[in-house]
Amino acid sequence: MESKSIAAPVIFDRSREEIEEEANGDVFDIEINVSDPEKVGDGMNAYMAYRVTTKTALPMFNKNEFSVKRRFSDFLGLHSKLATKYMHVGYIVPPAPEKSIVGMTKVKVGKEDSSSTEFVEKRRAALERYLQRTVKHPTLLQDPDLRQFLESSELPRAVNTQALSGAGILRMVNKAADAVNKMTIKMNESDAWFEEKQQQFENLDQQLRKLHASVEALVCHRKELSANTAAFAKSAAMLGNSEDHTALSRALSQLAEVEEKIDQLHQEQAFADFYMFSELLGDYIRLIAAVKGVFDHRMKCWQKWQDAQVTLQKKREAEAKLQLANKPDKLQQAKDEIKEWETKVQQGERDFEQISRTIRKEVGRFERERVRDFKTVIVKYLESLVQTQQQLIKYWEAFLPEAKAIA
Amino acid sequence: MTTTVTEIKHTPTLVLLVCCEYLAIFKKTVAMHEVFLCRVAAHPILRKDLNFHVFLEYNQDLSVRGKNKKEKLEDFFKNMVKSADGVIVSGVKDVDDFFEHERTFLVEYHNRVKDASAKSDKMTRSHKNVADDYNRIGSSLYTLGTQDSTDICKFFLKVSELFDKTRKIEARVSADEDLKLSDLLKYYLRESQAAKDLLYRRSRSLVDYENANKALDKARAKNKDVLQAETTQQLCCQKFEKISESAKQELIDFKTRRVAAFRKNLVELAELELKHAKGNLQLLQSCLAVLNGDT
Repeated sequence: MESKSIAAPVIFDRSREEIEEEANGDVFDIEINVSDPEKVGDGMNAYMAYRVTTKTALPMFNKNEFSVKRRFSDFLGLHSKLATKYMHVGYIVPPAPEKSIVGMTKVKVGKEDSSSTEFVEKRRAALERYLQRTVKHPTLLQDPDLRQFLESSELPRAVNTQALSGAGILRMVNKAADAVNKMTIKMNESDAWFEEKQQQFENLDQQLRKLHASVEALVCHRKELSANTAAFAKSAAMLGNSEDHTALSRALSQLAEVEEKIDQLHQEQAFADFYMFSELLGDYIRLIAAVKGVFDHRMKCWQKWQDAQVTLQKKREAEAKLQLANKPDKLQQAKDEIKEWETKVQQGERDFEQISRTIRKEVGRFERERVRDFKTVIVKYLESLVQTQQQLIKYWEAFLPEAKAIA
Repeated sequence: MTTTVTEIKHTPTLVLLVCCEYLAIFKKTVAMHEVFLCRVAAHPILRKDLNFHVFLEYNQDLSVRGKNKKEKLEDFFKNMVKSADGVIVSGVKDVDDFFEHERTFLVEYHNRVKDASAKSDKMTRSHKNVADDYNRIGSSLYTLGTQDSTDICKFFLKVSELFDKTRKIEARVSADEDLKLSDLLKYYLRESQAAKDLLYRRSRSLVDYENANKALDKARAKNKDVLQAETTQQLCCQKFEKISESAKQELIDFKTRRVAAFRKNLVELAELELKHAKGNLQLLQSCLAVLNGDT
C-alpha cells in the first residue's frame, strides 16, 4: 500500500531520523550572529537591515564563514515557511520575534533618541536568539529555506508577512477559526503522557508569565533607582559646593562622585536584568505557545482520522444499501469509494501515530534545551549581580577614608 | 552631661515582616530622640531648664498636653506674619560681616539641603521597590521549583532561596540609607530653617533698634519726651547686642555640630554599605558555587 504523505516535503526518510538520533544532546558546530543594524531608505518606506553572519564547519554549507543582509520581514518570512512545513507534523518551530508597529514607526520617522536605539538593540538581540534556536533544531537545520536564508545574497521579499496585507488578515481569520475549533474537539486521550504534558505546560506557562511580570517590574524599578541616584548625585554635589566647611565640602563632592558611579552600575544592572532574565522568560513564554500549537495540531490530526473513520462507515452503509437495491454500476463506485476511504483511515492512523511520536521526541528535546538554557542564562545573570556587588565594594571602600578625613 | 537612649530588644516570635518594618521605624525614632536630647543637654541655657530636668529624672508618667485649637491658630498666624516680615527685613544689608556671610550662606545652604533631602528620599524609596521585586521573584521561582518536572527544580529552589536572602539585605540597604542619609538631611533642613529664623529675629531687633534711634533723634529735635525715647533706645540697643552675641555663638555651634553629624553619618553610611555589599557578594558566590557544582 502506498503511503500518501500530507503536503510536507521529504523529511521522513531514514537518514534524517538517524541524524536526529545522533543529534540528541549534541551541540552543532554552527554559530549565528546578528549585528550592525543599518537604516535603509527614508520616511515610511524605510527599514532596518541586519547583518546575519554564520560561522560553521558543517559540510552542508558552501563556506565556513559568510554573511548576508536581512530585514525583519525576511525573518518573519522564514518562520512562516518553517511553521507551515513542520508544525502540523509535530515539530516545535521556534517563534520569530514580535512585530511592533509603534517601535518601527519611531525608527522610520527618524527619531534618533535612546528609546529607538534601545528598540533596535532589543530587536537585534531577539533576532539573534531566534536564529540560534532555529539552527539548534536538527530537523530545521536541514531545511533548504533556512539554508537559503543564511547563505543567499538575494532573498525574494516576503510581502505576505505584513500585518495588514491580505495574507496577514487571512492569518488572523485562521487563528480565530482555530481557536473556535479547539473548543469543539473533544478528544478521547488514550495516552496519559499527552494529557500530563499538556497540563505541565499549562502550569509552566502560568508561572513563567508571573515571573516575567515581576522581572519586568524589577527592570523598571532598577531604571528608576538609577535615575534617582543620578539626581541625588547632582544634588549632593550642589550641597557640597555651598557647604562652607572645607573638609566636609570635599567629602560631599566625593559622595556625589560615588553616587554617580553607582548610578552607572544600576544602569548596567538594569541592562542585564532585561537582556538576560526578562528576555529569556519572554522567549520561553512564546516557545510554550508554539508547543501548545503542536499539541493542537495533534488533536486536529486525530479529528481528521476520526472523521475519515466516520465517512468510511457511511460509505460501507451506503454500499450495503446498494447491494440490496441491485444497481451494479453504482455499486462499483461505492466499492471504489470504500477502498479510497479505507486508505484514508489507515493514513489518518499512521499520521496520528507519527505526529504523536514526533511530539514525544520534540518535547524531550525541548525540555532538555529549556533546562540548559535556563541554567546557562540564570548563572550568567547571577554573575552580573556578583560584578555589581564587587564594584559597589570598591566604590565605598574608596569613599570611607574620605568620610573619616572630615575634621 | 551625656544622654543615651538604648533600644529595646524585640522577641523573635513577632511576625517577621511587621517586625522588620517596625524595627526600621523604631530605629529612626530612637536615633532622632537621642540627637534631640543630646542637643538640649549641650545647650548652655536650655540644659538648665526645669522641664528638661523633670523629663530626664521623673520616674513616673509625664502628662503632656497637646496644643489646643487656639494655640495652633496662633502658631499659624505667627508664621504668616514672619514670612511677610522676612521679605522686608532680609532686604537690609548687615554691617557685620559675620552675619552677612551667614545670611547668604544659610539661604543657599537651606535650599540645597532641601533638594538633597527630597532626592535622597526618592532614591531610598526606589531601593525599597527593588527589594520588593526580589521578594516576588523569589516566590515565583519557588513555585516553579516545586512544580517543575525536570531536574531544574532543584536549581530554581536554590535561586529562589538566594533571592529571598538577598532581598533582606537590599531592604536593609534601603533602611540604612534612609537612616543615615535621608534623616540626616531632613534634620539639617529643619536646623538650617531654625538658623534662618534666628537671623530673622536678630534682623527684627535691629530694625527696632534703628527705629528707636530715629525716634530719639526726632524727640531731641522737638525736645519732647526725650528721656522716654532715650530709655527705649537703650533697651533696644541692649536687646540687639544680646541677641547678636547669642546668635553668633549659636551659628558657630551649628557649624560644628553639622560637621560632626555629617562626619558620623557618612562614615556609618559607608561602613554599612560596605557590610551589605560584602554580605550580598558572599551570598551570590556561595550560591553560584552550589549551582555550578551541581551541573
